[in-house]
This record gives sequence, structure tokens and C-alpha cells, in this order.
Amino acid sequence: MSAAIAAGRILLVGPPNAGKSTLFNRLTGASADTGNYAGTTVHVETSTLRSLDVELPILDLPGTSSLVAHAADEEVTLRALLDGAESSHLALVLLVLDAPRLSRSLYLGVQVAELGLPMVVAVNLMDEAREAGRPPNAEALREFFGTEVVLVSARQGEGLDALRSTIDRALRDPDAFVPKVDVGVPEATARDVDMLRAQMPAWARFPEAPERERAVARWALLSAGGAHEAGRDLPWALIESLHKGAAAQGRDLDAELVGSRYAFIDARLPSLFTSMQVDDRIRRRTDAIDGVLLHPVFGTLAFLVTMSLVFMALFSWSDPFIGLIEGLFGWLGDQTTAAFAGAIAGGAGSTDSLVILRDFLTQGLLNGVGSVLVFVPQIAVLFFLLALLEDCGYLARAAALMDRVLRLAGLPGRAFVPLLSGYACAVPAILSTRSIPRFRDRLLTMLVVPLTSCSARLPVYTLVVGALFPATVVGWSLPMRPVALMVMYLFSTLITLLAAVVLGKLVVPGDAIPTVLEMPPYRVPDPRNVLRAVVSRVGDFLREAGRTILVATVVLWALLSFPRYTPQQVLPAEVVASAQATGADLDALAAPEALERSYAGRIGQAIEPAIRPLGFDWKIGVGLIGAFAAREVFVATLGVVYGIEDADEANTGLRDRLRAERRADGTPQWTPRTGMSVMVFFALAMQCMSTLAVLRKETEGWRWPIFVTVYMSGLAWVLSMVTYQGLGLLGVP
Amino acid sequence: MTQTTLDLLLSGNVATVRQVGGVGAFRRRLMEIGLVPGTHVERVGDTSFADPVRFRCRDAIVALRRVDARCVVVELG
Repeated sequence: MSAAIAAGRILLVGPPNAGKSTLFNRLTGASADTGNYAGTTVHVETSTLRSLDVELPILDLPGTSSLVAHAADEEVTLRALLDGAESSHLALVLLVLDAPRLSRSLYLGVQVAELGLPMVVAVNLMDEAREAGRPPNAEALREFFGTEVVLVSARQGEGLDALRSTIDRALRDPDAFVPKVDVGVPEATARDVDMLRAQMPAWARFPEAPERERAVARWALLSAGGAHEAGRDLPWALIESLHKGAAAQGRDLDAELVGSRYAFIDARLPSLFTSMQVDDRIRRRTDAIDGVLLHPVFGTLAFLVTMSLVFMALFSWSDPFIGLIEGLFGWLGDQTTAAFAGAIAGGAGSTDSLVILRDFLTQGLLNGVGSVLVFVPQIAVLFFLLALLEDCGYLARAAALMDRVLRLAGLPGRAFVPLLSGYACAVPAILSTRSIPRFRDRLLTMLVVPLTSCSARLPVYTLVVGALFPATVVGWSLPMRPVALMVMYLFSTLITLLAAVVLGKLVVPGDAIPTVLEMPPYRVPDPRNVLRAVVSRVGDFLREAGRTILVATVVLWALLSFPRYTPQQVLPAEVVASAQATGADLDALAAPEALERSYAGRIGQAIEPAIRPLGFDWKIGVGLIGAFAAREVFVATLGVVYGIEDADEANTGLRDRLRAERRADGTPQWTPRTGMSVMVFFALAMQCMSTLAVLRKETEGWRWPIFVTVYMSGLAWVLSMVTYQGLGLLGVP
Repeated sequence: MTQTTLDLLLSGNVATVRQVGGVGAFRRRLMEIGLVPGTHVERVGDTSFADPVRFRCRDAIVALRRVDARCVVVELG
């Protein structure tokens, strides 16, 4: 080794659709960790740069076309760059440019270069630029930036060795790789920038690098206005007065700062290409495909077909795998039970603690691991398809197509896929909101996705409708049951969109920022990107949300199983005696009694006054607690409460038992009116710990999961109450 | 030399940006995507529901909502 290698990390910065992730995958090994950038909700992938004598971490920052921030989450790139500058955490900036769209990406490039941090430029997508007849010239760009520039095509693997060796050199001698770009602003603007620079907070002061201070001051001038002001300790009053002062002199700070950069770029642009034999084949091909895929008729059709495919895949293709996982864990549970059977029958030592251990292992631990893994097929299938659609360029079109519709609900076009996925399961749906660029839009989508009617609600609806609703409406020939299910889905959709409108106004108001939807050219998807997306999302889910779900399953098991009672404690002596005489299963007979006395049973009874206006008794209350594991568990819990073995939604035993259940005054507990109220409650209430676990992970904290629980369950209580009492007033039984 | 706004361009029209309206962060974002005076913009076409509208600007295709595009004054020709 000739010289010491700089310590710290490499930051990968670049515009969206410039193939930044492909380059990242190519430069690093197969594995990457996704995590949030310290203290933010922005996801960054971290991996290790290969081909170096020393291993250095490399961070793939989110694609952005400008450092200027209008929301807190848009600050992350600048923050990462400056964090490094302050504390020598930064070894190198690797700036990725988009060769076919050079002038757009140079706008970001100039902003990054102005910070004066050691930097290597990789001009990616050279294959596309050559096909378009305008390949950038490395030498001219080297002159432009004052640092090393490498032409690459990450998909083809072209130029990667040159890039690696350039990075090696830059790490050995970072000072020689500091770019020198000075776009030059009008004198009056420069004075404003210097005035602000003197008032900037400590994090923006770099006594040894006055040019970096000026660059951050220019950034601050352009970042004024909008919701993120609250989060930053910038001298906002001064910034505003500088803008006003300039306006009073007939100047326009924004136009001067943005315009001077583009003027600098445009003046040099013609000299930055090797040749200019423009060939518009790619252009025409893209326009031709867009002509079909964004056509009023064919485009809508293509959209419907694609999205039906995604939904079917999510709903049914992952089913066999889910069945496999459930089967495996069922088998493991049986094996464990069998292993314990001998010891328990032998009566060696304390039998009860053995039973507790067995139940903890089977119903708590194994069940918990199973309920985490059961999400994996859906997450994998969804992200496989989404990565394919994103990589080939269609997802950006789909987002543009849905913008008109979802705008009415205050949601971005990209919210469509998460909302649709929500009808299968909210967990992968919430994970898929990561493709929404602005955090505010993403948060709003995450807040309403749990309201979409997920597949776990269906067994509850099926049970209620099947048990309580007549097959046809008397006098009409309308099939009542399918219609009731359809009404529930429409209701859920309507409420989801209304909630988005209301929450978008009251809870997460948006900024007035124009919606700019970038449309990349159509490309053949890169299998590496697709594979990486699937592996990283699944791994992320298992690591982060999996833990919470596992713990919650065990806690729920404990609530439903403790304190423990023997059959002799809860059953009358004569019942025990006759059961022993006939060889009936005492434990099964005692189960409803034990559940009534368990913590969950006690909670059910304690909340009964609160749920009575909804038409619920404590037994339904216990079912609601059980449903927290997953909504369909409501059915099984009701089965235990009513002493029906192996109950499911199609079970006639449970249906008959529901119809036979009487209140203290002898009237039936389960009437169509109660049924409606239960369905409305299940449509709206937040009763899924897995959704909460994912929400906590994605929003970095408990604040939003708690908010979602309160607003959804509050809404559920009110509307169930209105349904139950309203139907009562209308004389519905 | 007719002045109009970006949303009123017809498919295939190429125009030159003259002025960007709106205020603050809204206006800044439009300029930052390259819609600064002197830049050429081509209206490429619609999307299925006629809004947003597709433009080609600095070799990239971007879709803008009509209401946002209305803020950009352009000159045909």
C-alpha cells in the first residue's frame, strides 16, 4: 500500500432513475442492510465497497434531483454530506449522473460539487446515451468538475473496474479529488449569501471552507418556506427578509440562485458531449409505448390488467406458500405436544409447569414465529412484482395515471398500489409505501391503508353473514349474503378515501409543492435489482417488525391462558364425575370456563359496559382481544368462548351456537343488528398488532401507531354504535 | 411569437420558457426541474385521464398537473 486509505464512509448520491441502485449492487456484495438514516424516516441501504484493500461502508442515499429541501425528509442527503464533513466520517462522495439526461443531473451535480467534499463522478447509463447519439465526454466533464470522472454503464458492467481503481486512488489522496465548481452569482446575490452565512448555526459553519459555508447558505435560501421550517434551527426571519429585500430591489433570489446554476450548465453543455449525432430512436420508442400505456382506453385497460395481476398474485399465488408455512408450524406444534405427552402422563415432577411450558412453546413461541413467517410469501410476491414494474418504468406511469383519481382524496398516484395491496394485507401494503417519495404523502397513505378491507376480515364477515343473515331478502330475489359482503367492501373503500381527505386536511397538511412525476425510459428489468429488492424487504420485515409481532403473540397467549385453572376448579363436581365416567375430554369442557376467568376474559368483562351500546357482550369482547393477533382469530376465540371445538367461519356448530346464544333477558344476543354492528366494527377498528409493528418500524416510533389505533378504533366505536342503535330505532331485530 | 401557458400547449408543440409564476417553494421546485427562462419544453401528450400532462424538458419526460403547468409562461415558435 502506497498511502493510507481515508477512513469513514462513501456516500452514493444521484438523481432518481439514474441507475444508482444498480451501480450500488454492482459495486458491493450481495448483501445490504436497509435502515433509517439516523433520526429520520428515510431509508438508506448500507453495504461494503468491494475490491479495496480496506473495507469501507457505502451508503446509498435516496435518489433526488436537488439538495434543496421542502420537507424534513428531503434534508437527508445534505445532512449526510455535512455530517461527514464535520466529523471526518466521510471518505468520499460518489456522485452518479444520468448520461442521457445530463443537464438535469448536472443541476444536482453542481450543488454537491459546491460543497467542496472529496468526490468521484460516475456518469452512468452510457449505453443509453450512446444509443441516443450523445455520449458525454469524460475529459470535458473532468474539466467541468475539477475532479475525476468515470463513464460507466452499471447494467453492462462497463467501466466498473476503472471506477473502482479511481475510488481507490481517491481514498488514498482525497485532497486531490475535491471538485472546484464556481457557478458565479450576481454580486448583490453574493452579498445576501454572505450576510446569511454569518448568521448560520454551528452545523453550517466551516471556518476552513468558506465556499462550503456559502453553498450551505445558498441551500438555506432555497429551502425557505414549507413545513420543514419548524425542524431546523436556521435563521428563518433573516432568510425571509433577504428574499423580501431582494424583491423590493426588483431582484429575484430564487431565479438568481437556480438560474445561475442552469446558466452555468447550459453555457458548457454543448462541449460536454463527444458527439451530437442525435438519434431519437429511444425517444420515439418511449413515446410510442406511452401512447399505448397512457392511452385513455388501452392505457386504462393495461392498468386494470396489471393491477388485477398484482392483486391476484398477492391474494392467491402466495396462498400455497402460506399454507405450507402454517402446515409446517402446525406439524412442529404437534411434534412438541407429542414430545411432552409422555412426561405429562408420567406425572413426573410438577405436571402443571410442564403443561405451561408446552403451551408456551406451541401456542406462544411457535405460533408467534409462524405468524411472522406467514407474511413472508405476500411480502416477497408483492415486492417481486413491484420491483419488476418499477425497474421497467411502468410504475411511474401507473402513478401518473392514478394521480387524477387519488388527488381527490389528497393522495399521490403512487398510493394506489399500497391501497390495493391493503385489500389483501396491510403489512406488505404499508411496506410498499416506500415507493412514495415525499414522507408526508407516504405517512398519509400509511394512516389510511389499515382501513382497507384486508383478507383477515373476510372470515369474520363470512361467519356473521352466514349465521345471521337470511339467504335472500324476503320479498326480493336478491341474494342477501353476497350483497352484504359487497356492501362491506364498498363501505371500507369509501371510508378509506374519506379518512384520507380528512386526515390530509387536519393531521398531515401538505405543502403547496407542484407534483412532478418523472418518467424514466422503458427498460428491461435488471434481475439483480429485483432480487435485491425482495431479499432486502423480507429481511427488513423479519428483523424489525418480526420481533414486535413475536413478543405480542406471546403476550396475547399469556392473556388468554393465565391465570391457570384445572378442570376441577372451574367445573361443578358432578360434571367432572360424569365426564370421567364417560371418558369425555375434561380440558375441552373446561376451556370456556377457564377463558372466562383468564386475564383476557376479565378484560372482556371489564370493557363490557363500553361495548354494550354496540350490542356486544363480554364474550364478543374476549373475541375482540383475541382478534388482536389477527382479525380471523376472532372466529377461533369465539369458538373457545362458546365451547365449539375447531371452529371456523363455515362451521355449522359455531353458527348454530351463535343463533342460540341468549342475553340475560332471554332475547337473542346475535341478531342481524348485532351482526351489522360487529361487521362495521371489524371494518374500522385497528385490531392488528402486525400492522402496528410495521407502522412503528416505518414511522420510527410509537406516535403514529398509537394515533392510528385511537382514530380507527374511535371511528369503529362510534359507527358501530350508530349502526346498532340506528337499526334498533328502525325496528330491525 | 405567441405567449401562452404550458398547460395550453398542444401535443408536439415546442415552446420556450419565459417566466415561472407562483411563489416560494412551489415556484422554486418548477425552476429546479429545469423550467428556467430560455429552456425548451415539448408537450409530449396526455395521460389516460387527460391530467397530468407529459412534457419533455432537458431530455427527461415529466408529468405535471395542468393546474401546476398553468404557472409557466412559454413562448411558441
